[in-house]
Amino acid sequence: MLLRVQNLTLARGGLPVIAGLSFAVGPGQALILRGPNGAGKTTLLRCIAGLQPPLAGDISGAAERIAYAGHADGIKAMLSVSENLRFWAQVFGGSDIAEALDAYALHPLADRLAGTLSAGQKRRLGLARLLVTGCPVWVLDEPTVSLDKEAVAMFAEAMRHHLQAGGTALMATHIDLGIEAEVLDISPFRVTAGQRAGASDEAFL
Amino acid sequence: MIALLTRDLRLALRAGGGFGLGLAFFLIVTTLVPFSVGPHTDLLRVIAPGILWLGALLACLLSLDRLLALDYEDGTLDLLLTAPLPLEAAVSIKALAHWLTTGLPLVLAAPVLGVLLNLQPAGYGWLVVSLAFGTPALSVIGTFGAALTVGIKRGGLLLSLLVLPLYVPTLVFGAEVARRGASGLDVSTPLLMLAGITLGVIALMPFASAAVLRMGLR
Repeated sequence: MLLRVQNLTLARGGLPVIAGLSFAVGPGQALILRGPNGAGKTTLLRCIAGLQPPLAGDISGAAERIAYAGHADGIKAMLSVSENLRFWAQVFGGSDIAEALDAYALHPLADRLAGTLSAGQKRRLGLARLLVTGCPVWVLDEPTVSLDKEAVAMFAEAMRHHLQAGGTALMATHIDLGIEAEVLDISPFRVTAGQRAGASDEAFL
Repeated sequence: MIALLTRDLRLALRAGGGFGLGLAFFLIVTTLVPFSVGPHTDLLRVIAPGILWLGALLACLLSLDRLLALDYEDGTLDLLLTAPLPLEAAVSIKALAHWLTTGLPLVLAAPVLGVLLNLQPAGYGWLVVSLAFGTPALSVIGTFGAALTVGIKRGGLLLSLLVLPLYVPTLVFGAEVARRGASGLDVSTPLLMLAGITLGVIALMPFASAAVLRMGLR
């Protein structure tokens, strides 16, 4: 599964944030996005997941093959852990949640209401959702937020399995997961306020 | 799609899900009307179909602001948008779940409340028929309103302002069916209009709802 981005220009709130970004990630590869706050990492990931259109440029790699995990995990507080997972498994056409529960050590919590979980446990549930989707491309926005050391290791292990099985991953993270991955700093592609002003002057002239 | 429906129904039935809220509101409104109008059974008999329809409509409106807002807040909508399920189907299912948990109980409770308002015996059947035909449209139009206001903080009032004018045709023809039925007149014209509006809305509105939702989530 090749995910290719060519000459992408993105806007947030109507203002361009990234321009001229190109990269490609192949099967079994992971790409880690780095950049300061506000650089446009979330905007880029949302755009690749199909949640917002780019201003210009091409994204290839079928959007319906992508499992996206953003800042919110789509977990219902009044459903149990296994009910939450089973729902997402069914939406993506699967039904087996045992493997996902195993990968993030959620078995002891399976019958607990998700609303009673801690932030880290919720995040583990959110990441377990990726496994039940069966999608080959993972697009993850800060997946390790609120996770402790053990849970980060679980995530790294799940990621290794995913990549070994020919999966692709694109993620924004600031920590070192200990997996082989290319790192792309998106700061050089940022559109600064000065450039925006220049561009609008040119358009005006 | 069935997974989404069962999840929504399960959420509505669990604590804090809001099931029965519309029904309780409907009950209170129809109970208050005889108090405010006074002990005039003749007057109540005349206005009963209209009051019951208005009560049902307002009860439907009550739960609309939670319809998509909760899914927006916890990120479910974003994830549904990236799922292989078409968004048009997802909003249709959400409208169906809303009807099953709000509209259908109103349809079933209306005859009982008709007694409180001295509804004529001939009117009960037509009241149920008109609500059964009309309330699905209320849920589907309401889902469109909820999609328009998703992401707006405290959008409940705006939602009411947007949705109430769109409810007018359903209210006019629905109440007309119930009124004519109670008076023993021919109901076929308003009933066909009501059914036509409902079917048209069910066929077209999900596309509009999905389109505004896509824009709202950007």
